[in-house]
Amino acid sequence: MEEKKLTKKDLNSMFVRSWFLLGSFNFERMQSIGFCVSLIPAIKRLYSKKEDQKEALKRHLEFFNTQPFISAPIMGVTAAMEEQKANGQPIDDATISGVKVGLMGPLAGVGDPIYWGTLRPVLAALGASIALTGSIVGPLLFFILFNVCRLATKWYGLKYGYEKGTEIVSDMSGNRLRKLTESASILGLFVMGALVSKWTSLNVPLVVSKYTGADGKEVITTVQMILDQLMPGLLPLLLTFLCMKLLKKKVNAIALIFALFAVGIIGYWLGVLA
Amino acid sequence: MSTFEIVMVALVAAICGMGSVLDEGQTHRPLIACTLIGLVLGDVKTGIILGGTLELMALGWMNVGASMAPDAALASVVSTILVIVGHQSIGAGIAVAIPIAAAGQVLTIFVRTITVFFQHLADKYAESSNFKGIELCHFIALLLQGLRVALPAVLVAVAAETGLVTSLLNSIPEVVTRGLQIAGGFIVVVGYAMVINMMSAKYLMPFFFLGFVVAAFTGINLVGFGIVGAVLAILYIQLNPKYSAQSAAVEEIDEL
Repeated sequence: MEEKKLTKKDLNSMFVRSWFLLGSFNFERMQSIGFCVSLIPAIKRLYSKKEDQKEALKRHLEFFNTQPFISAPIMGVTAAMEEQKANGQPIDDATISGVKVGLMGPLAGVGDPIYWGTLRPVLAALGASIALTGSIVGPLLFFILFNVCRLATKWYGLKYGYEKGTEIVSDMSGNRLRKLTESASILGLFVMGALVSKWTSLNVPLVVSKYTGADGKEVITTVQMILDQLMPGLLPLLLTFLCMKLLKKKVNAIALIFALFAVGIIGYWLGVLA
Repeated sequence: MSTFEIVMVALVAAICGMGSVLDEGQTHRPLIACTLIGLVLGDVKTGIILGGTLELMALGWMNVGASMAPDAALASVVSTILVIVGHQSIGAGIAVAIPIAAAGQVLTIFVRTITVFFQHLADKYAESSNFKGIELCHFIALLLQGLRVALPAVLVAVAAETGLVTSLLNSIPEVVTRGLQIAGGFIVVVGYAMVINMMSAKYLMPFFFLGFVVAAFTGINLVGFGIVGAVLAILYIQLNPKYSAQSAAVEEIDEL
């Protein structure tokens, strides 16, 4: 029997389909249809019998959920396993499902902090700070840089997963991914520190003392001036810590935002904030 | 607004709505969504500025695991329409964005529940190995997510022009709008807090304080911070005994 092999065109098709992984996200099986649809080119190539196709489709309609970019290497590995299975290797359904489920958790654990925790906030903050001046460069920069990173991850991830096949599982235990996650966290935290200080505005114009100086000029000292002498950005920093604490206590983010809105309105009304 | 403009608003809103469930191209982020709506309505500059402001507020909104972020797509699209067509201030745009984001989240949950129906339909198609059927289930579900934003957007766009929404928004007292604008300046800390919590590792917090202090006393811009942060990360990994000890162990195994 002739050996079955995925073509470059199949992988390209899987790559494009994977952009829509979350399209039919639902609360029962999450990304399951998206994963199945992404694998359809491979299933079509590898299985000609209706019965085999049916089994493969059902296999990939099982629960699946991971960070969407990091799904690409999992699809690659899965395709490689399906290929081996189609060529008569003794791989059963449970093995394929096991690898999928085994990879989706840890890889999401790497992907979430890198893409959602670091790359997007950093690029978005950069783009937004330019956008505040009204320049189109802000949104363009964010869109292009983010999508270049995304597409590169998906394309190389898919190819890497497919070529490495099942080997990737043992690669996971290596240090490389941990190093990558930790570096991303360091970069992210460093930039967040800068953002808290620079891109927040919290001004307490409450007057502490007011006197006429020797030169006849009026000298006004406000709470904000004293705070700025201590440490610029001190209030936003404390507020950030308070929010972190509350969020950890499962306070809803939207509720927190509404509470801060109330602080703004009441603070302005009392003349404490400006 | 011309029919063409309304069609374009619907189209862009649908793209943003689909973007918010896909989380791929980031068309649902305020920075992109507000800019696109601004472009369609002929005032791209206002769109960009509003987008930048909302983006900073939404920095920490992310879908992680099964948890869902407030809906940035609906909030961005509707508030941009109100600011440009309804002639509102950026401050008013920010003020309406948050409740809309919360409402959008409820709508998203609703659609994601409806999609369960397509999941079961897909199961049925799998039984007869009907590839087209499964693909159809997938993309119709995606289309519903697009309509989720497109329909409210068109409704608001039409209502904004009649002046109904404008007079409603104008009746908000000054202490509220000004207070909301002030809150807009520091409300970003919620987003920062979410991001920091996500990367949360106590032993890495010195890097956060370093970034804070350096920013407080210098004029380095964000690109500079990115570069310094990357250098720090590389140095940390290279010098960390945690990693060097383990790589030494790997070398030993290789030699055996």
